[in-house]
Amino acid sequence: MVAVSEPFTLARQRPESRRPSTTLLRKLMTSLWPRIEPLLAQVQKPARYIGCEDGAQVPAHAPGKVAWLLVYPDAYEVGLPNQGLQILYEILNERGDALAERSYAPWVDMERLMRHRGIPLFSVDAHRPASDFDVLGFGISAELVYTNVLNCIDLAGVPVRAAERGPEHPLVVAGGHCAFNPEPLADFVDAFVIGDGEEVVGDMTEVIRGWKASGRTAGSREAVLRELAQVTGVYVPSLYDVEYDGPFLRAVVPRYADVPEVVEKRTIADLADWPYPKRQLVPLTEVVHDRLNVEIFRGCTRGCRFCQAGMITRPVRERPADQVRTMVTDGLRRTGYDEVSLTSLSSADFSGIDGVVAGIINEPANCGQVSLSLPSLRVDAFTVGIATEIQKVRRTGLTFAPEAGTWRLRQVINKLIREEDLYGAVESAYSQGWRRVKLYFMTGLPTETDEDTLGIARLARRCVEIGRRHTRGASVTASVGGFVPKPHTPFQWFGQNGVPELLRKVNLLRNDLRRERAVQLRWHDPKATLAEGIASRGDRRIGAVIEEVWRRGGTFQEWTEHFDLSLWEDAMASRGLSVEWYVTRHRRDDEVLPWDHVRAGLHRDFLWQDWQDALREHGIPDCRWTPCYDCGVCTGYGIEHVVASPTPPAGGSQGTGQDLSRGDAVPVALLPVGGRA
Amino acid sequence: MRLRVRFVKLGKVRWTSHRDVARMWERAFRRVRLPVAYTGGFSPRPKVSFGLALPTGCESLAEYLDVELASDLDGPVEALVPRLSAALPTGVDATAVGALEAGAGSLQELVTSCTWTVELPGAGSGDAGRLVREVLDAGALVVTRERKGRPVTDDLRPAVVSLTVAGTTPAGAVLEAELETQPRGVRPGELLAALEPSIELGLVRRTHQWIERDGARWEPLPPQATDAPHAEARAS
Repeated sequence: MVAVSEPFTLARQRPESRRPSTTLLRKLMTSLWPRIEPLLAQVQKPARYIGCEDGAQVPAHAPGKVAWLLVYPDAYEVGLPNQGLQILYEILNERGDALAERSYAPWVDMERLMRHRGIPLFSVDAHRPASDFDVLGFGISAELVYTNVLNCIDLAGVPVRAAERGPEHPLVVAGGHCAFNPEPLADFVDAFVIGDGEEVVGDMTEVIRGWKASGRTAGSREAVLRELAQVTGVYVPSLYDVEYDGPFLRAVVPRYADVPEVVEKRTIADLADWPYPKRQLVPLTEVVHDRLNVEIFRGCTRGCRFCQAGMITRPVRERPADQVRTMVTDGLRRTGYDEVSLTSLSSADFSGIDGVVAGIINEPANCGQVSLSLPSLRVDAFTVGIATEIQKVRRTGLTFAPEAGTWRLRQVINKLIREEDLYGAVESAYSQGWRRVKLYFMTGLPTETDEDTLGIARLARRCVEIGRRHTRGASVTASVGGFVPKPHTPFQWFGQNGVPELLRKVNLLRNDLRRERAVQLRWHDPKATLAEGIASRGDRRIGAVIEEVWRRGGTFQEWTEHFDLSLWEDAMASRGLSVEWYVTRHRRDDEVLPWDHVRAGLHRDFLWQDWQDALREHGIPDCRWTPCYDCGVCTGYGIEHVVASPTPPAGGSQGTGQDLSRGDAVPVALLPVGGRA
Repeated sequence: MRLRVRFVKLGKVRWTSHRDVARMWERAFRRVRLPVAYTGGFSPRPKVSFGLALPTGCESLAEYLDVELASDLDGPVEALVPRLSAALPTGVDATAVGALEAGAGSLQELVTSCTWTVELPGAGSGDAGRLVREVLDAGALVVTRERKGRPVTDDLRPAVVSLTVAGTTPAGAVLEAELETQPRGVRPGELLAALEPSIELGLVRRTHQWIERDGARWEPLPPQATDAPHAEARAS
């Protein structure tokens, strides 16, 4: 009499699949749900595995359709909100010749049960096994998930090493910011996507469709990869030989004449053409960033020298304000969320941000119940006006990121915000009723002295003093992360601080703030910073290290309870690789870098010059509002900024000390004379 | 104005938690633009209260919530049933709505017992009957659990209002149990585990919640509540 009601498999059919009942039957037969469900009572957070989100799709599989399994190699609650994955999920499912389902790394308890029962990696949409798909597409946004990528490939029943795969195995593809240094994963991934994914997944689908139609015959895998290598933005590592000169790289060279020597990134010219996600997934269980997210622009030219995202996503492409408003209004109505986040790398820089914010907060349909968050808010753009609007509904957490404790060091890293900017922003916040603000800093930056480090404590104290003018309980949380130099940034040549040095700096701050009860100091584990450093600028030899860490059980390495530095150190030692050489060593300007054959559009000369300017404590302005200094991206790719306002929306000098109110009529005076063409 | 809503939780969605269900309802209320009253203060919350938490993994035909409105409804109360169901995830559907009288007690205070069905995979009617007799014949069923870091012992036997073998399926036997909820809600799983710690349960489903008044059992719905069968209420 009591049976598990099972309305999903039947109820969510797409219209075209209603007719032939054989399709239906096959769908039922390939669903692993009857084998998965009995495990759910034994695992934490079983809702991670059920799918059923609003916006989820159960697409019909067919021989003429390339089936993508989009995998986020971290826990469901971290992966589900990922906008990149959701965008590609919709774009692929809109195509007549493709379909996409999603998967996330099963948590360790679930993985144990799956391996015990022989259940492979599955999609959460229709609970199909990974072997039902032609492509496993990974979105990778952090280095410490690399071992999870291997684990997911293995759980999918696919050999982890690309060289051991045959035509019966799906293609393993990876994209996301980490793909800009693909070498550490080169042995495991068949093809990387460099840059924006919106267009390139279509191009890849067309190539893979041919492979699928040909019946994936013996030897065809090499042919389809060779063909994929012709698609701009696709890097197929097996088609390149790596030559070494002792510990140094001599060159990474294509093995065939038709394979590009340098892989250029893909860039969509206009965000207005891509209003995705149109149906953002609404999870049934708690996830991070559980709110409506609307991307208001992509790319950032503030030029912060530590910031890989800002360097590799150039130029700035704003979404038209009208489209932002429509996406917010439609999205709120459809999802029922009461919070919307306007996402970008620096949201207050959006042209007309004040009007957009006020429009959302004061929209009558939102009944005064929709709150707004602006991640990555620059302090020089956070005004009383924005603070007043935001706090009308509910005071979401406010985080400002001065990044460094002194103006000198902020010039080095080119985060050109003055102390007065920070104090002004903090004053705005406390005066509008906030009692606590969070400040984010990095330590271990180039040229950092103890005075710079202690500047973090000084700033935090001063912010508390300002807060106390408005509220007795004013407090500040200061988070300090260890700096990891990233590829394609001016700091890519910098030797990262080792664990003892980072610990010493953290302890300087702890001692200094010991008696300061209104300042909570938080810091990132320097050991995790070191492991991230190994993978961040690693070359192809690091692949064996990642594999060994994975084989010894080192998954979920970005989770404190699972992270284990000794796994990484042992694996480095067993391969005869030096942690010092890969992490804490300064690189020379004539050195071949492992990612030199992957191009984000930035001239290497520009990056080197910017590195030298950093060491000379010279800032560089934002080229959105000042003349072009030719970093290489716009000129090289024939694209341009898409920005509605010729001047900084928040006004002022943006920390440059210049009059920027006239937009690009202003000459660049910040740089040393003759420093740049 | 306060409304009491009865709803079901069936299928895959049964693996979501009580808190997850609360969030689903908050979103559904905003989707249908129900004029829900909000608390004041820096962090306004919708005035929605849920009854006894359903354990994650259980299905239910009889979940309840109370929601306070800031203004009266435009249309008839019964029109809400299909509108809410359409705004809820698959597997969660409203099945009845009624307006509460002023001063009506909360679900936590009022509900006195719940009826459950419990699948026992692989069990025949003989095994099930033996289990039922053992529970009913037990003078006491004492369990020890941790509460606020301290061990607390409870006798679960007095909470058993009734326990019967409801039938068998190809998968096994099905028990039906009515268990008291005061002073605390006893769950069918912990009751049976008190007798047999290694017992494996199949699907557990709450079928009713009851209010005892004047010697009779009532569903916690106001007399004039709609009682639309959920199957017809689905709009999606």
